[in-house]
Amino acid sequence: MSENNTIAKTPEVDNHYLNMDLLRFTTAGSVDDGKSTLIGRLLFDSKAIFEDQIEAIERSSKQRGTEYVDLSLLTDGLRAEREQGITIDVAYRYFATPRRKFIIADTPGHIQYTRNMVTGASTANLAIILVDARHGVVEQTRRHAFIASLLQIKHLVLCVNKMDLVDYSEEVFNNIQKDFQEFSSKLNVPDIRFIPISALKGDNVVDKSKNMDWYNGSTLLYTLETVNIASDQNHVDSRFPVQYVVRPQSDKYHDFRGYAGRIAGGVFKPGDEVLALPSGFTSKIKTIESYEDKLEEAFAPMSVTLTLEDDIDISRGDMLVKPNNQPEVGQDIELMVCWLNQKPLQERGKYIVQHTTKTAKCIVKEVRYKVNINTLHRLEDDKNIGLNDVGRIQIRTTEPLFYDSYKKNRNTGSVIIIDQFTNETIGAGMII
Amino acid sequence: MASYNLTHLKQLEAEAIYIMREVAAQFERPVLLFSGGKDSIVMTRLAEKAFHPAKMPFPLMHIDTGHNFPETIAFRDKLVERLGVQLIVGSVQESIDQGKAQEEKGPNPSRNGLQTITLLDKIEEYGFDAAFGGARRDEEKARAKERFFSHRDEFGQWDPKNQRPELWNLFNGRKNPGEHFRVFPLSNWTEMDVWQYIAMEGLEIPSIYFSHEREVVNRGGILLAKSEFITLMEGEEYEKKTIRFRTVGDASCTGAVESPAATLEDIIQEVASARVTERGGRADDRRSEAAMEDRKKQGYF
Repeated sequence: MSENNTIAKTPEVDNHYLNMDLLRFTTAGSVDDGKSTLIGRLLFDSKAIFEDQIEAIERSSKQRGTEYVDLSLLTDGLRAEREQGITIDVAYRYFATPRRKFIIADTPGHIQYTRNMVTGASTANLAIILVDARHGVVEQTRRHAFIASLLQIKHLVLCVNKMDLVDYSEEVFNNIQKDFQEFSSKLNVPDIRFIPISALKGDNVVDKSKNMDWYNGSTLLYTLETVNIASDQNHVDSRFPVQYVVRPQSDKYHDFRGYAGRIAGGVFKPGDEVLALPSGFTSKIKTIESYEDKLEEAFAPMSVTLTLEDDIDISRGDMLVKPNNQPEVGQDIELMVCWLNQKPLQERGKYIVQHTTKTAKCIVKEVRYKVNINTLHRLEDDKNIGLNDVGRIQIRTTEPLFYDSYKKNRNTGSVIIIDQFTNETIGAGMII
Repeated sequence: MASYNLTHLKQLEAEAIYIMREVAAQFERPVLLFSGGKDSIVMTRLAEKAFHPAKMPFPLMHIDTGHNFPETIAFRDKLVERLGVQLIVGSVQESIDQGKAQEEKGPNPSRNGLQTITLLDKIEEYGFDAAFGGARRDEEKARAKERFFSHRDEFGQWDPKNQRPELWNLFNGRKNPGEHFRVFPLSNWTEMDVWQYIAMEGLEIPSIYFSHEREVVNRGGILLAKSEFITLMEGEEYEKKTIRFRTVGDASCTGAVESPAATLEDIIQEVASARVTERGGRADDRRSEAAMEDRKKQGYF
C-alpha cells in the first residue's frame, strides 16, 4: 500500500493547541458491556486509530478465526493477555479533539481486578461506567461506582449501552437511572450524569442519536469535552512538598539555593510568608523560578523552583505551607486502604510508606474493618485484607507526615504502601 | 477569582519535570538515553527546565548503531556542546567487534535488536541505576501498559506481569543491587503533543524531519533511504522522492514518508491528518505482532 506513505497537507496554520486542556478519565465495565467497542469508537471517530493499527487487528482477528474485527485487540496489548483473552492490566489510550486532550485509563472489569480500577481511578477526573441496557444495574456497576467514589472522582457518567437492543426504550433507561440513583445516594460523588448510548451503532457517542428523541442531554463526547474540571484541584490550601534541592555548582549562581517541587495545593506568590515543616521556621518567597523567566504566581499542578529570602535548612521530604493554613502533622494515621498484592495485609506488620516526597516506615496498628465493595457494608468481624480488598486501617509512622484528608486534597492525602523486602507496591491508602 | 488552569502541554510538561526530579532524588546514577530524535530532544529540554539554573545532574548516553544519518550526529554534538553535559557513546560496532553481538544476515540487516546488548553493557559498566527513555505509550501496543518507572531485573529484562502498580503521583523506585529502572517521562505524550511542544518551545530539530529530496527504495511499502547499509534486492531500484522522516532510528530500517512539510506548522498539520502511526514506517516493528513486546522483555528501550 504505497499510498500509505503519502500524507495530505492542509494549508492554514492552526494554533488551537495552545489553549487545549486535559481530561483524564477511566472506563470500567466488562467485555460484554461493550467497553472496547466504546473506546474503539471514541478513538476511531477522533482519528486516534490509524490504518496500520486497524490492519494489524484485522490480521490477528482473521488468524484467531473471529468473523468480525475485534476492537478489543486494540486495547489488549500484551501477548500474554491476547492468549488468555483477558485484560490483566491498566492500558492507557490517548485521543484529542480541538477542545481537549484525553487520557483514558482503560481498566478491566472482572472482580479480581479491583486493584487495576483503583490504579486507573487514582489519576482520573471522571469515570465512565458502562451498563448493559438489557441487564441494568448489576453488582459490578455498584462496585465500580463505589471505587470511583472512594477515589474521590468528582464526575461520573453512567452510559446505558446497547440501547439498540431494547428498542431505544425511554422506560428502560429511566428505570436504570432510578435504580442507580437509589444506590448512588449513599456515595459521595457530586456530579452524576446518565447517557443512553449504543457504542456499536454510534448513538449519542459522538453524534446525537436519531433514535432517541426523548433524550435531550449531551452526547458522551460533548460531555467529555465540556465537563468543568477547573475546580477539581485544591487551589485553597497551599502545599509545596520539597522534591529536590537545586544548587548550581557555578560561579554565576554561587549562592543560589532553590527548592524544586510540584505544587500539591493552593497558590504561591513572591512575597508570600511560608512556613517550613517540620522545622517550623518561617521565611518569605523571594522568587518563583522557571526556565523562561520568574513567575508571578504558581498553583497546582505546576512544577516550579522556589527561592526564599532566608537561608534555612530545607531538604527533600519537607513541606512549605502558609503559616495560617497548615496541614495535619502526625504519626498516627487513619487510612482507607486498597490491597494490591497476593500476600495479605498483616496486622502489626511493618511496611514502608511513601507520601508526597517523603518515605517512612510504618506499622499497621489495627485493622478496623473490611468493606464489602458490592453492598458497602462494613465487615467488623472480617479483618482479613487480601488482594483486591478495601478496608480501614490505622498505621503509625516512624516520622511525622504532613498531610490532609484525601477528601480535601488527593496529593497530600494519598500514600502507597511498599513491601520492605520485595520492594513491591502492595497497598494504596487514602487518608481519612 | 482567577482561573487556575494549565493547558494540556503545560500539564504534560509539569508531569515530566516532576518525574525527572523524582529520579534525580531517588536514584544515585541516572542517565538520559539520547538518540538524536525529536523525543530525546524534548527530553533534554525538559531536563534543562527541571534543574534550572543548575545543569542536569546526569550524562546523556547515545547507543550508536553506526547506521546513522550524518545530520543527526552533527545535531547531537552541537546540542551536547550547548548543554555542557557529558556524552557517553555506546557503540554497537564495538560490541560486534568484541564478539558480544552478532550482525544479522540478509539484505536488510538491522542493528536495532543489537542495541540492547550495547545498552545493557554500558548500564553495567557505568553502574547506572536509572535510564531515562523517550518512549511514549501511544507509540505501540506493548507500550500502552508501560509504567513511568519500569523495573528491570539484574539481567535488564522487563517482566510485563511483574510491574508495580502506579498510583497518583507516587513513584516507587526501590530496588535491589544490580537492578535498574527505565523511566519514561513522556509516557502520556502523543506524537502530536511532541510536535506541538517543539513548536511551542521553538526547539531545533535535525533537518531530516523536514521535507527534502532523497533517493529511496520502496521495500514492502516502506521507503528506505539510500545508504551504504542497504543492499538492493533483485528488481529494486532507488528513486528520487520528496520525503521526510517521522522518526530517527537506525538508518537501515527507518522508513520515510513522502511529504512536502517544510515547517513545524506543516508537520503538525500533517500529523493531524495522518492515517498511519509513526512506527508504521519502522521495519523492525513489522516483523511480528509481538515484536516490540519481545524486544522489551530482552531489555530494549
